[in-house]
Amino acid sequence: MANLNIDSVKARTFDAIVIGSGISGGWAAKELTGHGLKTLVLERGRDVKHVKDYPTTNKFPWEFEHHGQLPAAVTEANPIVSRCYAFGEDSAHFFVKDNEHPYIQEKPFDWIRGYQVGGKSLLWARQTQRWSDFDFEGPARDGFAVDWPIRYKDIAPWYSYVEKFAGIAGNKDGIPELPDGEFLPGYPLNDVEVYFGDHLKKNYKNRHVISARCAHLSKPNQIHIDQGRTQCQNRDLCQRGCPFGGYFSSNASTIPWAERSGNMTLRPHSVVESIIYDEKLGKATGVRIVDTQTKEAIEYYARIIFVNAAAINTNLVLLNSKSSRFPNGFGNDSGVLGKYVAFHNYSAHIGAEYDGLKEWTVDGRSPTGGYIPRFRNVYKQETNFLRGYACGFSGYRYQQHKYDGVGSTLKEGLVKGDLSPWYVGSHMMGETIPKESNHVSLDDKQKDEWGVPLLKISVDYDDNDEKMKKDYIEQLTEMFTSAGFKNINPSTNHQAPGLDIHEMGGARMGKDPKTSILNEWNQVHACKNVFVTDGACMTSTSCQNPSLTYMAITARAADHAVSELKKGNV
Amino acid sequence: MNRRDAIGRVALIMGGAVIGAEFFLSGCKPTSTQVNDLFDADHVALLNEVADTILPTTSSPGAKAANVGPFMAVMVRDCYAPADQKTFLEGLGKLDDAAQKKFSNKFMALTDQQRTALLTDLDKEQKDYTTQRSKQIEGDRLKHVDDPKYKAPEVPNHYFRMMKELTLLGYFTSEIGATKALRYIAIPGRYDGCVPYKKGDKAWAT
Repeated sequence: MANLNIDSVKARTFDAIVIGSGISGGWAAKELTGHGLKTLVLERGRDVKHVKDYPTTNKFPWEFEHHGQLPAAVTEANPIVSRCYAFGEDSAHFFVKDNEHPYIQEKPFDWIRGYQVGGKSLLWARQTQRWSDFDFEGPARDGFAVDWPIRYKDIAPWYSYVEKFAGIAGNKDGIPELPDGEFLPGYPLNDVEVYFGDHLKKNYKNRHVISARCAHLSKPNQIHIDQGRTQCQNRDLCQRGCPFGGYFSSNASTIPWAERSGNMTLRPHSVVESIIYDEKLGKATGVRIVDTQTKEAIEYYARIIFVNAAAINTNLVLLNSKSSRFPNGFGNDSGVLGKYVAFHNYSAHIGAEYDGLKEWTVDGRSPTGGYIPRFRNVYKQETNFLRGYACGFSGYRYQQHKYDGVGSTLKEGLVKGDLSPWYVGSHMMGETIPKESNHVSLDDKQKDEWGVPLLKISVDYDDNDEKMKKDYIEQLTEMFTSAGFKNINPSTNHQAPGLDIHEMGGARMGKDPKTSILNEWNQVHACKNVFVTDGACMTSTSCQNPSLTYMAITARAADHAVSELKKGNV
Repeated sequence: MNRRDAIGRVALIMGGAVIGAEFFLSGCKPTSTQVNDLFDADHVALLNEVADTILPTTSSPGAKAANVGPFMAVMVRDCYAPADQKTFLEGLGKLDDAAQKKFSNKFMALTDQQRTALLTDLDKEQKDYTTQRSKQIEGDRLKHVDDPKYKAPEVPNHYFRMMKELTLLGYFTSEIGATKALRYIAIPGRYDGCVPYKKGDKAWAT
């Protein structure tokens, strides 16, 4: 029996464990296996194999029972996830339904989740803008949160590294606050987008409209073909999973790459209950999981652990990893674990019409759109609120139809594709300030079906967000007016935090172990063989879409982990 | 080929379950022609004719060829709120009442010209009704702007507006509507941000 036990422990022992297979977990898996580490990748949901497990990917609209609309029974049973723009009849199978993993909203929070191999990397909006030092230096300059322990120079080579592999389409725009990267050809802007960009260039300092950089293979390189991916075919059906691998996802890229190394063991249906801390060794030795199908509790062991469960669930795992060394959660000597959670403010929009350029239109479908990098408070503080916002910006023409009457006249009118004048639309993407009061914590009593405490989420907007929203409306109205746009129509909404799907923080990086959880290499200050490299590590949020930064941070931390392992330091 | 094979074959072609398959399998004549919880076969046949009057065969096949009737029955059952389901079902009777009143016959017995004339009237009726309805709802909202617990009053939709909406949706997302009446390209393979606009081109399905 003793031997059997030893064999069993051996079979459950790896060089590295990665918790989660989404956009950052996939990168951890690829990097660690690429360095020869036998790596166990744990995923709480089911396996989703590239192409084979995209059941709707090649369906025509008429092959869906409701031609794309969700039945009322689904939307009524799932008010939270139904608010997500990408949740539809073609993609519902990739989203967590409201009753599948309940949580407690101390304040309204729309927690949008994808529990499967690949996580939300199947569903993301694929926007990939780099940060600059105007972002990394933000907290120190403006006196909030804590200083980032890294600067742009630390991460720039890793941005390049992940961009080359993932495939990022973009133009070299030469804007210091949104650094250029390793780009495949950028997607073109349309005429009204170019017109507005020219207008800003002539009339405003440091305001630009660029083609938003996006993780699409506009023109694949050999490294992408080696992954089994090919050129984006402009279907605009990304949320179904792409049979061409036209956009970057863990499923199309990092996970199969890690698989081919022969060093990865992928274990779906595995909810991580906690990280095991060995008091004598003074380090983590493994993780406890619950198999979601058998409800069996199992321990796995490794020399290093990467936590990439997605920001909020990473907080849950760390908070639930209690020991006599860490009675308040893993690595939580400072008491800040679960706190300083922040997100992006998407709660304002503005639309207008443009009476010009009517002789032009577009052909095909663009996987991206226009992007206005942050122009507020960049070089110095200049407003009554901290930080700023980036703006999405797109121009489009509708097919204009007359819906009156019935019969052949109605029909012939509807099949003609006469276009409206140009319309333009913009939405704000605002930085929010991490605060101690915006936090997640564990419920004392209620547990989920895997025996893990329910998470309580308490995250809200503040006065800075309101001021910023007002400024966005004022600035965009002014810019639209001076560009000659008409019928300008600003609108605000009260969408709950979370629906931006950019929740960050809770286990922030910092220089000082007294005020942060992670060091400059994403190691837990108090336990150096545990690395957190998903959204939970973010000290501040800036206003760029965060996934590219998670990828770069993960590749950088994995490189450091391997070198520390070799030196015997972890 | 036995019966089960035959159904399997049809299901493969149609991409789903076959309506009424259980009767075919048991070899019994159906005692009811119920299509789903809300509609029977006569309703669906009527909806197909209504749809075909709204979007008839022109240079491209009409809504009946695209089988919009069964689609409407599925959408009302699955995607409509109970109040709208009730309005829609009562609308089937109201449609025949209107036909009786104008042409002294049921809708199914009318000529094509009579059907078009009747539905043209009903379209005007629904348009006026919907305008009034929107005014009423907006007026009520303005009276209660200070009430945080305010819920909009439930004013029924017009049944013919629903029929028309579902006809347009069902037809232009059907294979015939998307590919024969409109232009549909599943895989564009390109994006050009600047091409000359040519008035008179066919509309795109997506």
